[in-house]
Amino acid sequence: MKFKSWGNYPSIMNENIPLFSNHNEPIIFFEKHNDIIPFGNGRSYGDSALSKHIVNCKPRNYLIDFREDKGLLHCQSGLMLIEILELFVPRGWFLKVTPGTKLITVGGAIASDVHGKNHHVEGCFSECVLEFSLLLNTGNTIVCSRNENSEFFYATCGGMGLTGIILDVKFYLKKINSQYIKQTTIKTKNLQNTFESFETYKNKTYSVAWIDCLAEGKNMGRSLLMTGDFSNDGDLNYISKRKINIPFNFPGFTLNRFSVKFFNFLYYHKAKSGTTNQKIDIDTFFYPLDSILNWNRIYGKNGFTQYQFIFPKDSSFDGLEEILSAIANSGKGSFLAILKLYGPENKNYLSFPLEGYSLALDFKIEPDLFLLLDKLDQIVLKHKGRIYLAKDSRVSKEVFEKGYPKIEKFRQLRKDTGLNQVFNSLQSTRVQI
Amino acid sequence: MSYILIIGAKSDIAKEVARVYAKHGYNLYLGARQAEQLNDFVQDLKVRYKIEVLDLELDLLNFETHNSFYSNIKANIYGVICVAGYMPDQKLAEKDFFETQKIINTNYTGAVSLLNIISNDFEFRKEGFIIGVSSVAGDRGRKSNYLYGSSKAAFTAYLSGLRNRLSESNVQVITIKPGFVQTKLTENMNLSERLTAQPNEVAEDIYQGHQKGKNIIYTKWFWRYIMLIIKCIPEFIFKKMSI
Repeated sequence: MKFKSWGNYPSIMNENIPLFSNHNEPIIFFEKHNDIIPFGNGRSYGDSALSKHIVNCKPRNYLIDFREDKGLLHCQSGLMLIEILELFVPRGWFLKVTPGTKLITVGGAIASDVHGKNHHVEGCFSECVLEFSLLLNTGNTIVCSRNENSEFFYATCGGMGLTGIILDVKFYLKKINSQYIKQTTIKTKNLQNTFESFETYKNKTYSVAWIDCLAEGKNMGRSLLMTGDFSNDGDLNYISKRKINIPFNFPGFTLNRFSVKFFNFLYYHKAKSGTTNQKIDIDTFFYPLDSILNWNRIYGKNGFTQYQFIFPKDSSFDGLEEILSAIANSGKGSFLAILKLYGPENKNYLSFPLEGYSLALDFKIEPDLFLLLDKLDQIVLKHKGRIYLAKDSRVSKEVFEKGYPKIEKFRQLRKDTGLNQVFNSLQSTRVQI
Repeated sequence: MSYILIIGAKSDIAKEVARVYAKHGYNLYLGARQAEQLNDFVQDLKVRYKIEVLDLELDLLNFETHNSFYSNIKANIYGVICVAGYMPDQKLAEKDFFETQKIINTNYTGAVSLLNIISNDFEFRKEGFIIGVSSVAGDRGRKSNYLYGSSKAAFTAYLSGLRNRLSESNVQVITIKPGFVQTKLTENMNLSERLTAQPNEVAEDIYQGHQKGKNIIYTKWFWRYIMLIIKCIPEFIFKKMSI
């Protein structure tokens, strides 16, 4: 069996370990292997969910309860966000925190402690999690919350599946009164202007910017900042869109510096200058890429990697300027370059977000790409930034751990409990956590 | 609101069928052996779709119980979907007649015993539908799978006759013939990804075919043509083939 991650890179063979027997008894797996990692829907980009032995969590997707008065959903961890939306948006509920794809499992959302366009206001996914049950290497299941087994709670949220297997989860949804978002798009001229706009629109619940990462000189950092809030028009008639499929890998040369530069030029210039207002639906606003199934195939069969990092606010401007010049000089265009201002950091040991600016870039895998990324790593470190594990397939131990001051707590917990003898991914082995 | 009875409700296909029908507002009876293992799934359906669901203990191999099983169900059943199936390793069944018997009794005799009772009721009421999940394996016996295949061939013929009998009573009878499906049964087989359907695709095909008033549904759809070709191969060639 071959379970792949979303970047199609790296690619390894792996074996599925069933979690429960046909009679619903937990299967004792921990004595036999030392390289087990839970696998959700395979949407993390790199090697966080790849290992020789994986536990396929998606089939455990039952709903257990929904408390209408509190918006509290109790479900198994394999449930996908898309199913939650299809069931609950028509009833007037939405995810408190959602990443840019609805094709992930609840367990995956916790393991990567995902965040979305509202991070500056509502934080990471773990913020809406009340508690979850966790199957440990000992075969015991414990309940984790901020009050009970709290160290496991803080380690598991953002813990990349390295603290055991998340079984059942209780988390809050948020009340909405429309399936539409009132979006305002602001076209900015340069990085300074982009930063100012983020500050100006700080009160909007949702905000994210597409940045033209190949623009140079005085245009450097020009962006389209998209902000929004839910409408209040009472229309909840949501039907999830699933449309175009990309049935095969594109030839490797489809995306090159010229085609990307051309695309960026068109995309930036088709937007009207100043601000524009629109009313758009949930799928278009939150999940633009989900309407193209298998969009990762446009990067060709060698796959791609996403490089996402964040800088603390005070070093963000200088750091981004340096990064953008390095990319523009290398000529390696990123099709999707996403900039966002984040809110305060949470207490989890390995959650990515902190207060500052994050940039996410997609790169096709090419021989000299890794040289560029190593260079970017150094700029990230210089400006006290950190790299996002859910997107990563190549960062080194040294670069990784400098960005995460709570890493020793995480390592210690895994060591003390023996979790590190059972749960390991290609990524955790590489960065030694 | 109308109830649908699903026979053999613990299989992966049955669960997806249950979800599709529940999504469209039908209430469900889920019949299976050791039905208490369905408790979590029953709860899932209730929370998801706000419908009525009950799990019922049903042993298809225990023919004597079928009459009381059906008469004990209080609400009038509007339709029945038989998903029960048993497919052990062919080699094992060749050596052990007990296994062969279990195949025949699950896939054919047991299903027929219960469906006879239900179809009499539907015929009398002049309403309802009966969906039987057979298999493409019943279209032609092959050495790798003919014990299972022949039981499904018998079931296919049964459904065909039943359809003929009940057509004037306004009872719709549908034969489902899945090809490869990704389930617990086939977990360890090396199936071609392109030819293999997911259980939820099979369930969706069943529901859509039912709505459109189809008689025989192959799923995925191209199996109709694959089996057409296989059926056309002359016997003197076929007997030497390994497929």
